[in-house]
Amino acid sequence: MSGQSSGCGFLMSVVVHGDSALNEQENELNQQLRRLYPAVNELETPLPRSWSPKDKFSYIGLSQNNLRVHYKGHGKTPKDAASVRATHPIPAACWDKHSYGYHGDDGHSFCSSGTGQPYGPTFTTGDVIGCCVNLINNTCFYTKNGHSLVCDLTNHLSIFVCPQPNLYPTVGLQTPGEVVDANFGQHPFVFDIEDYMREWRTKIQAQIDRFPIGDREGEWQSMIQKMVASYLVHHSYCATAEAFAKSTDQAVHEELASIKNRQKIQKLVLSGRMGEAIETTQQLYPSLLESNPNLLFMLKVRQFIEMVNGTDSEVRCLGGRSPKSQDSYTGSPRPFSSPRHKASGSQAYLTGFDGGCCNGVMSSKAHPSPHSHKPCPPGPALLAPAAELSSLNGSHSLQQPNASTDVDMEVDHFTNGVTESSSNGFFNGTSKHGAQTEDCDTDMEVESAQSKRQLCGGSQAAIERMIHFGRELQSMSEHLRRECGKNSVNKKMLKDAFSLLAYSDPWTSPVGYQLDSIQREPVCSTLNSAILETHNLPKQPPLAQAVGQAAQCLSIMAHSGSGSCAFAAVDDYLH
Amino acid sequence: MACLLEAPLRISVLSEVTATSRHYVDRLFHPDPQKVLQGVIDMKNAVIGNNKQKANLIVLGAVPRLLYLLQQGLSSSELKTEVLGSELRTEVLGSELRTEGVVVLGSELRTECVVLLGSELRTEGAVVLRTECVVVLGSLAMGTENNIKSLVDCHIIPALLQGLVCPDLIFIEACLRCLRTVFISPVTPVQLLYTDPTVIPHLMSLLSRSPRTQDYITQIFSHCCKTPEHQTVLFNHGAIQNIAPMLISLSYKVRMQALKCFSVLAYENTQVSMTLVNVLVDGDLLSQVFVRMLQRDLPIEMQLTAAKCLTYMCRAGAIRTDDRCIVLKTLPCLVRMCSKERLLEERVEGAETLAYLMEPDVELQRIASVTDHLVAMLADYFKYPSSVSAITDIKRLDHDLKHAHELRQAAFKLYASLGSNDEDIRKKITETENMMDRIVSGLSESSIKVRLAAVRCLHSLSRSVQQLRTSFHDHAVWKPLMKLLQNAPDEVLVMASSTLCNLLLEFSPSKEPILESGVVELLCSLTQSDSPALRVNGIWALMNMAFQADQKVKGEIVRALGTEQLFRLLSDPDTNVLMKTLGLLRNLLSTRPHIDQIMSSHGKQIMQAVTLILEGEHSIEVKEQTLCILANIADGNTAKELIMTNDDILQKIKYYMGHSNAKLQLAATFCISNLIWNEEGSEADAMTGCQERQDKLRELGFVDILHKLTQALDPNLCERAKTAMQHYLA
Repeated sequence: MSGQSSGCGFLMSVVVHGDSALNEQENELNQQLRRLYPAVNELETPLPRSWSPKDKFSYIGLSQNNLRVHYKGHGKTPKDAASVRATHPIPAACWDKHSYGYHGDDGHSFCSSGTGQPYGPTFTTGDVIGCCVNLINNTCFYTKNGHSLVCDLTNHLSIFVCPQPNLYPTVGLQTPGEVVDANFGQHPFVFDIEDYMREWRTKIQAQIDRFPIGDREGEWQSMIQKMVASYLVHHSYCATAEAFAKSTDQAVHEELASIKNRQKIQKLVLSGRMGEAIETTQQLYPSLLESNPNLLFMLKVRQFIEMVNGTDSEVRCLGGRSPKSQDSYTGSPRPFSSPRHKASGSQAYLTGFDGGCCNGVMSSKAHPSPHSHKPCPPGPALLAPAAELSSLNGSHSLQQPNASTDVDMEVDHFTNGVTESSSNGFFNGTSKHGAQTEDCDTDMEVESAQSKRQLCGGSQAAIERMIHFGRELQSMSEHLRRECGKNSVNKKMLKDAFSLLAYSDPWTSPVGYQLDSIQREPVCSTLNSAILETHNLPKQPPLAQAVGQAAQCLSIMAHSGSGSCAFAAVDDYLH
Repeated sequence: MACLLEAPLRISVLSEVTATSRHYVDRLFHPDPQKVLQGVIDMKNAVIGNNKQKANLIVLGAVPRLLYLLQQGLSSSELKTEVLGSELRTEVLGSELRTEGVVVLGSELRTECVVLLGSELRTEGAVVLRTECVVVLGSLAMGTENNIKSLVDCHIIPALLQGLVCPDLIFIEACLRCLRTVFISPVTPVQLLYTDPTVIPHLMSLLSRSPRTQDYITQIFSHCCKTPEHQTVLFNHGAIQNIAPMLISLSYKVRMQALKCFSVLAYENTQVSMTLVNVLVDGDLLSQVFVRMLQRDLPIEMQLTAAKCLTYMCRAGAIRTDDRCIVLKTLPCLVRMCSKERLLEERVEGAETLAYLMEPDVELQRIASVTDHLVAMLADYFKYPSSVSAITDIKRLDHDLKHAHELRQAAFKLYASLGSNDEDIRKKITETENMMDRIVSGLSESSIKVRLAAVRCLHSLSRSVQQLRTSFHDHAVWKPLMKLLQNAPDEVLVMASSTLCNLLLEFSPSKEPILESGVVELLCSLTQSDSPALRVNGIWALMNMAFQADQKVKGEIVRALGTEQLFRLLSDPDTNVLMKTLGLLRNLLSTRPHIDQIMSSHGKQIMQAVTLILEGEHSIEVKEQTLCILANIADGNTAKELIMTNDDILQKIKYYMGHSNAKLQLAATFCISNLIWNEEGSEADAMTGCQERQDKLRELGFVDILHKLTQALDPNLCERAKTAMQHYLA
């Protein structure tokens, strides 16, 4: 007697335990569950992993890490029946309303009522019964010993589930000595659920692929071309944008000079030359920073960080030393999003190949720096972590779980479901500016020759300048607080930046991530957006907006229990 | 008025067309080889997608000329020196504009130039001309079936096969492509592939040349492998080793064609199946490769064909029926193929394959019967054309009508297979909505395939005592069944008569009405059939009919069958027929008055036949049955004497009492026991007779034997002998 349900998963099978390497097991289990529940973020909605010791009748005993259920009652009348439910519902009890069950003694199925109807075969000791709730078509079916008992939707035996209330996997027992072992996905299911999911994934993707895209000829194409063009313009790839506009017969809505200006500023930010960037901005857009003190503050904080890094122009001239690896930024944004984007991992290598320089992904802590010195084609070993990470559902971070600080940073720049930072994209290398490339090349060589990084490039004068700048920054912060009130973001930003000085080697410190050149991207993007806004241009390119919208849409779908989103990741469509 | 105006116009257009067509053909006869080549190329461009033009050119005799040019080119090198320079072929058969998602590049313009001949520029004129000729021929073959017929009549096949020896790959591919088109047509006799014994080995050797040769050759094989002999020829020439690596080809087309080829090769072929099961492809067993092709996200065609391969291998004994790949992979896949989501064709194939897979295995039948509510799912097969399709969509209606018969017969087949062993499944089937009605109407459908499948299904269900007593009687299935028996091909007759046998079982309530419908004559005529299966069924049904029947029925059977036919059946070469005939005799010779009556009229012949069988080389079962008949005769009042006065028979009985086989001993002892039986309260003269018999048998030494048999190891035999001895004492 049982009524259970689970997201796309199954219950009950023999549980075998090995105590060694528990951590590894835990990890493996997490991954298995993630595969079974693709759209579920366990931080928000934990999945059922065992029976709940709280939500059970007294006749029920639990053992084997709360996976084995045994019946302790007398089992004489139906009143002696007892049940237990899982610790968590399926994100989205059988005689009651909104409960569904499959009974072993008569093979009947119960749907929200006490009267069952003939459904499948009976089951007894030794049988493995599974239950799968399909949140795409809102049906449920059971399996016996790996054989599915799915119904045609037109069959009156089809079990339509109402995903509204939470569905708890549940088993009920009534025979003394009866034992049920559960498998919530800890072990492979007897029924080939992966194959079942594959079919649905294919169905959903076919549905997306076949989605009608406007009936008027060329409309779709010209829309895409516009999106691409605006993206190019937004990120100021003027040469590419011009060529693209020409070949697709489009008009560019921004003056070329203006694009070039933005490009210049972006280049400066991305190469860590913040002082110059600020100066240029003030020259070209006199009122921008004046009317936007928070932006200016952010830029200054970044300048401070770059000073620590030894890359800012003000300390560079003082130091007289070659800048660090961080300087070797390509100056090219990556597509729409964040470092977590798996394409960027491999893209970076390709980029390195072209332009002789590598971008931030490489020098991030998750990947040991040697890679960044040797541009090499992506190999399986290098791609492996990316592939793994791409399955980190709902998490926004490229970094390994222990680098939790990075997650915070990412979240700050997370807008509309996608980090709208500048990023290193497909046009990398094509839009590059000769001088920059050369710069990078030399930088690269220097960098690989020197292994030790020094504060402000190692120059005493530079350090003094940096400290002086820090004081200015402190007073600017105070001034800002007086003028505009408390701002926790600004406060934290400054605190984090200053924390760099607390370590003898800031680069390896817990706050060292700030020195990573990848952190220039959000700054660059924010500044770029601000400039565009003053020109009454969208602060986000439509392409990024569309992608963000799609991602956001999927996450809303996931929250509202629409199952198909599980098989439609935006990433699948970004090549 | 409009018509009058239009008519001459149409004629002029037509004559214009013929004139241009003629021009194309004429150019093939030009003395300048280069003009000829240009003519062929122009012809090629003119016929693409134009069936009318194709037909015209064929009528105007283009084919023999093209074949002549083709063969000329093969033998001579007259055009070889011609340098044709850069002849650029741009046959753009379809430019496809694909905009793919939110790719940053936006739209990708892909013009797929399906250049039939590849983009290679060749300077060798002969090859170019020949290739162009083959391309035109291939194009002509793409038209109607009549085109194919004309091409085959012009001996295109040997010409193209001959062309395959040329080293030029592009030319070979063109030949194969054309051959493929010709061979996959139902109008082409497949035997043409096997006439020249060098063709198959050569095709095998061409498999490694390119993905195209692989695609075309496997298609040819799949379509031309129709008999076990064909399978053997292909097998002997290494089809398996040559085709297996194609299963992991990068090209889906090639993988799919290889898979199809294996399904055709393995069908009902133990040799092929046993070999397949041990083949490794890239380190994996072939069965594993097939299982991977069952994955649900792959195209249905691939899943279905892979399931077929596994099914055929299983039925040929190469894979056990309890193997995981059958139970958990193949069977569920085939059940899915029966689902409403699939196309009608797929559902037909799925159901037929599934029926075939589980036919011999009750465990598979049980699993299938619960998987995805298959029994209920099949009920949908009878709902075509649906009432909706009739109104809304003519095209759909047409499609539904076309498949309706196929669907019904497939469902009947699958039900038959499902219900062939398990009583619960049969119950489930008969309880499916309107099932019995559907069978009944299926029995009288116009399509013979449906009738056959329906009667198969009925036969399968008729093995259930419960169903015979209930649903069969309620729906009077015997009526359409009898009708079916009147005039049907042997195939149907075998199934129908076999079903009738079950309906004539003693506990079947249908027995009475069937008897009254004059079935005896029909059954007797079946016993005269050339088909052993029909003879068996005929005599079997009569045997069942005679079981505990009244005198009238028995008399009718004997009369209708005639003693001559009865004795002919007793010497039938088919043991089954003999056994059932003996069974019939035994059933006829039951209850004393019947025994005496039949023996008084046919005693002599029956005793002769019995003697003959006991003397002949027959199995233990036959002899046992014969001895049982003797025992029945010995039970008669007057019939007894026929044995008592026949010393030869008595000696034979004695012999079998001492036989090494306990069954024969028991049957013989039964016989003797009946002879010495002394019935209480019977008449005085009978008593006297009994005494006489006992005396005679004692004289013949039967008492000693009986005495010995009381010590027999077999408890039945021992018991029987003891009872007989008691009667002696009495």
